[in-house]
Amino acid sequence: MGKTIIEKIIGEYSNKDVIAGDFVVAKVDVTAVQDGTGPLTIEEIKKIGLEQAKNPLRTILFIDHAAPSPRKELSNSHKIMREFAKKTGSILSEVGEGVCHQRLAEDYVNPGEILIGADSHTCTSGALGAFATGMGSTDVGIAIALGKVWLKIPETIKIIVNNEFQPGVYAKDLILHLIGLIGADGATYKALEFTGKTIKNMSMSNRFTLSNMAVEAGAKAGLIESDEITEKYLISRGRGEKFKKIKADNDAIYEKVIEIDASKLKPTISCPHTVDNTTTVDKLKDVKVDQVFIGTCTNGRIEDLRVAASILKGKKVNPGTRLLVVPASKNVFSQALKEELIDIFVEAGAVIMTPGCGPCVGVHCGILGDDEVCLATQNRNFQGRMGNPKGYIYLSSPATAAYSAITGYISDPRQVIKSVAV
Amino acid sequence: MIKKGKAWKFGNDISTDHIAPGRLFHLRSNLPEFAKHVLEDADSQFAKNMSLGDFIVAGSNFGLGSSREHAPQIIKIAGINAVMAKSFARIFFRNAINIGLPLVECNTDLINQGDELELNLENGVVKNLTQNSDIKITPLPDVMIKILNDGGLAKHIEKYGDFKLI
Ligand code: SF4
Repeated sequence: MGKTIIEKIIGEYSNKDVIAGDFVVAKVDVTAVQDGTGPLTIEEIKKIGLEQAKNPLRTILFIDHAAPSPRKELSNSHKIMREFAKKTGSILSEVGEGVCHQRLAEDYVNPGEILIGADSHTCTSGALGAFATGMGSTDVGIAIALGKVWLKIPETIKIIVNNEFQPGVYAKDLILHLIGLIGADGATYKALEFTGKTIKNMSMSNRFTLSNMAVEAGAKAGLIESDEITEKYLISRGRGEKFKKIKADNDAIYEKVIEIDASKLKPTISCPHTVDNTTTVDKLKDVKVDQVFIGTCTNGRIEDLRVAASILKGKKVNPGTRLLVVPASKNVFSQALKEELIDIFVEAGAVIMTPGCGPCVGVHCGILGDDEVCLATQNRNFQGRMGNPKGYIYLSSPATAAYSAITGYISDPRQVIKSVAV
Repeated sequence: MIKKGKAWKFGNDISTDHIAPGRLFHLRSNLPEFAKHVLEDADSQFAKNMSLGDFIVAGSNFGLGSSREHAPQIIKIAGINAVMAKSFARIFFRNAINIGLPLVECNTDLINQGDELELNLENGVVKNLTQNSDIKITPLPDVMIKILNDGGLAKHIEKYGDFKLI
């Protein structure tokens, strides 16, 4: 019987022929925590006498959510992580090195591997043809200590996307559209597999955006088969030898198949306070924005900054709007410097901040005032997400965000983007 | 074990940002203090008004969002007996069981704010004492029952030195 990507990967790792619904204990390749979940993870394994890392060189502790630290309690949490890394020989990703998911994709995860991370958007690395999923501190702590995890193999929903996007429409619009279609719990306990011609032609950057948001439909993973584009990406990151072809069988069994015609999509927006509360940009009239935020593990990559810079070049941010730009990693930041994108942002009136999560999670910067509206390229708009339950968060692509920063209102980027980017 | 308490009703899509807001990140190192703010962004008076042993009763997709285990932790520390919902988000589901907070999947439309409930996990029934009705529970998978019975995943591993679930 044919297998889905997830059945193939987990089957190999648990030495069993598995299908959806089976429970297994599987070996884990890469484990990760961030500064919001890491201290509790360390405490949990200390409590049971397992303060150790089974694969220290593939155990990474990221300081990204509250980096640099805004208060002493968080500085002390960071210290716990530094000490654990030192003691176990694990890897520490310091303040300014970037968001965990971007860093994991850049340097640590390979096709066919299993990554367990204490952060819900760990599913981002699924775009590499890896099984990557988010869990809590206890699960990840035990995976760090023992190199194993228990798993239930989820059923898979196959998302087939064909045709080209219109100019001004991107992977972000596609994934927001999909979540609007199936709902915030439309894939709970399931995996998503993205396939079709649109995906085959898509850059890794856009693929990461899709996989990143799988969890916003409740999914355990968002998988994409590995191909030449994956291989090129790995080569560009200096580990081409890690490439491996991972692909579902033609006769694999899916829970459901959803087909999407990419050419019919418009720039899409999630309105407050749930990600599945979507609409198209042309239906939103007169939504004034106080803050625009371009960045995060969803859309803080160099390709995203290029799109935003192409719109902001020679223009000024609206006087009633603040624009915050946060490169997802130090690598992205230095590339943006080289390409002089940062100059464009600064001249337009943007504020550039430390690579990391930035204002996304409402911990250390860019917190909204009462009744303020933010248009963000992040993946979540829950009430209170950006530090104030009285704030309103809309989600969009970097193009929509950049153009809206100029107009001061949520605006349709098709008015300025005339050619297609993949 | 039979547990009794009062129902506190919440709607659909209660996220981990409602339960354990990011703006209180610094309290993650002080969970008893954090627990005083549990669900603050869904109902600012909840932590103050609830009593030890009460139940949280919600609609669908409870606990969506972040993987922060602090969310089920502070619900448990606040003294909630169990969370009942029509459905739960996946990561929250695992986290709650891993730390020993019982979750009950059932038709919560049959429960109103303030109803007195009696939960019997072994029999798989919630008795609504106020409305004099029985509500059936969707059973947990065996793996999760084993973890709950051992007092959570950390205790399970401490006991066996490895996974003895499957
Ligand atoms: S950028 Fe936002 S969504 Fe991504 S890891 Fe950081 S806080 Fe989470």
